[in-house]
Amino acid sequence: MARKTIKQGSHTTLLAQREALRSLREILFANVVMAGEIPAPTGYERRITRFLSDRFTECGLDNISLDQAGNVAGVISGRTGRRNLLVAAHVDKIWAESEDHTVSVGVGEMGGRGLADNSLGVAVLATLPLILDELGIALDANLILLGTTRSFGRGDLRGMRFFLENSAWEIDSALCLEGIELGRLSFSSLGMARGEIVVEVSRLHDEDALNEAASGVIATLSELIEAMLEINRRGGPDTRLLIGSIESGSGYSVPPRQGLVRFEIRSLDAGHVAEVEEELVQLVERFSGREGTSVGIEIIARRRPGNLGLEHPLVREAGEILAVLGVESRIEPSVSELAALLDRRIPSLTLGLTKGENRHSPEESILLDPIFDGLAQLVAMLQFMDGGDFTF
Amino acid sequence: MSETDERIARWLETNTFHHSEFWDMQELVRAKQEAGLTISLCIPTLNEENTIGKEIIVFKSELMDRYPLIDEIAVIDSGSTDRTLEIAASYGADTYLSADILPGHGFKSGKGENLWKAIYQLRGDIICYVDADIKNIHAKFASALVAPLIYRPEIQYVKAFYDRPLAVSDEVRPSGGGRVTEILVRPLFSMFFPELTALIQPLSGEYAVRREVLERLPFPIGYGVETSHLIDLYQSSGLDAFAQTDLDKRVHRNQSTTDLGKMSFGILQSFLHRLETYGMAKDLPELHGLFRQFRAEGRRYEQVTREILEEERPPMITLPEYRERHGR
Repeated sequence: MARKTIKQGSHTTLLAQREALRSLREILFANVVMAGEIPAPTGYERRITRFLSDRFTECGLDNISLDQAGNVAGVISGRTGRRNLLVAAHVDKIWAESEDHTVSVGVGEMGGRGLADNSLGVAVLATLPLILDELGIALDANLILLGTTRSFGRGDLRGMRFFLENSAWEIDSALCLEGIELGRLSFSSLGMARGEIVVEVSRLHDEDALNEAASGVIATLSELIEAMLEINRRGGPDTRLLIGSIESGSGYSVPPRQGLVRFEIRSLDAGHVAEVEEELVQLVERFSGREGTSVGIEIIARRRPGNLGLEHPLVREAGEILAVLGVESRIEPSVSELAALLDRRIPSLTLGLTKGENRHSPEESILLDPIFDGLAQLVAMLQFMDGGDFTF
Repeated sequence: MSETDERIARWLETNTFHHSEFWDMQELVRAKQEAGLTISLCIPTLNEENTIGKEIIVFKSELMDRYPLIDEIAVIDSGSTDRTLEIAASYGADTYLSADILPGHGFKSGKGENLWKAIYQLRGDIICYVDADIKNIHAKFASALVAPLIYRPEIQYVKAFYDRPLAVSDEVRPSGGGRVTEILVRPLFSMFFPELTALIQPLSGEYAVRREVLERLPFPIGYGVETSHLIDLYQSSGLDAFAQTDLDKRVHRNQSTTDLGKMSFGILQSFLHRLETYGMAKDLPELHGLFRQFRAEGRRYEQVTREILEEERPPMITLPEYRERHGR
């Protein structure tokens, strides 16, 4: 494997690239604003993929396409085209279309729903052709830029999975872009199962019995949650059963007919995920036997664990680049697009582009200056990936 | 159909645009360069730290860096006490304190003052004014206003509008957005300048104008500036000097009814002055600037008075400093 590492190369080049990229500041920030203000709930991403394809067109990319899953792709053809590198960012956000997507810009920071996850990633993807142009970088490999749809929740990475299953490109290595957190070394994906437990009142014709059963929905939910917390406590340090949200009722005095618990099981060990899932199924069966209520469980998304390994050249290089940039690195497993890539044994990393706060809250914000560290990291990684053949 | 109706209908057909007609930015830049025009963007501000950064970033990225349509972006500030100027400067706008421009002529507080001083300070053959409080800013807020001036030399003044009248079964929704427009300005225009009613949002703060027009207009420094411009240019050049562009939607902060009352008072002053100037109203009493509002506290009613004086700046072309700076 003939590769140039950051140690052999010039630290000053990396730092000079970071400074040179500041000339694209307004273009990048404007892309963040525009990507940030386009609502893109999972499954309704057409406007934001249109934004990306327009940007790709303006930059003169080749083979700009929308696939059946709604993903948008564009290609910067390489000098030799012997390898294919992929840079991907998921375009969907957790926020409903009706939420306020206004972005505010202050000195050194921006605020607004979805900026960290993942408007900044989308904006960097849109700006990447100009970034490479500005630095005078032409890669030997073909560079495929991909905005993926249906990442969150029931979307279950469907966009990325569809691309990997159907694309004509054989991907040699890949980077996933996430707005935050700069410094993350994400080279492994957690095993994961995500699902919902639904508690419902059975069909009862007697009104008193119906009200009694309805009152029991909250009690059943409460017992369920207590039992789930107990499963989590027994799960050991590497396995988590997370309760993400509960829903039931709509007022003060009307007993609810339905209740819902959303959960996620995470573990580095696929076997542990399956064990906890089985415990939940048994728990649900126990509750289902009660008169007047029915309880059901549905798994809506799964990930198999994958791990590139701390010693993999991509991981080591990423760590060294961060060190040169003066950014503290930390290992952070991922449950996003990286999982689908590792699942297909494609050497891949997820990069965080800046620092930020309040992810997934209305007060989500990102810092602007560290973005240039994130961009320098991205460019250096691409140059490194361009120079070598990597195995999983 | 009356002659006025026909003229309005014809004008709506020929001089009302939708921003999507100007989607081809490369073509617009080419036409601008071919015409040898320079364009300045002016954003008048007073404590707009929440929205100014975004406006500067979007305009600079899209209309200077990507497509060189705008030659300068300037923020002219009335004395903000927040971080408006710091933020604007940090994203590359030229920032000016209104009081520092033409200091020999003093400083008057009001948006119209900033717009007037922009004519002196900025270099463009066309000046595009954009308010600083737009939440859903987009490059079209400037590009689609200057485009008619680039493509149609006979057009002098282009106004933005946002909510199209929308036919819903047999009902036509009014143009919406501007309460002062619908309750005060449109009735006044209907009575005295009926052709000007064709302007769907006469009070919108986004408009692009040729320098040779701006330098000859007197500028009320307060609420009446837009209304006066329209009347003055209409009197000198007629409806065909105007155009308007539909920008679809504008999200901005809502003003209280009390504030709209003050605004209406200022506009009314300017309007009545214009009627006097053009001999359209005789024997008006001397107009004073005392606006009276009331507030209730329980069963106690209190009068609140406020002096709203619509002072005017003279046409910029009358200032020797201006003629020297701009070679007029």
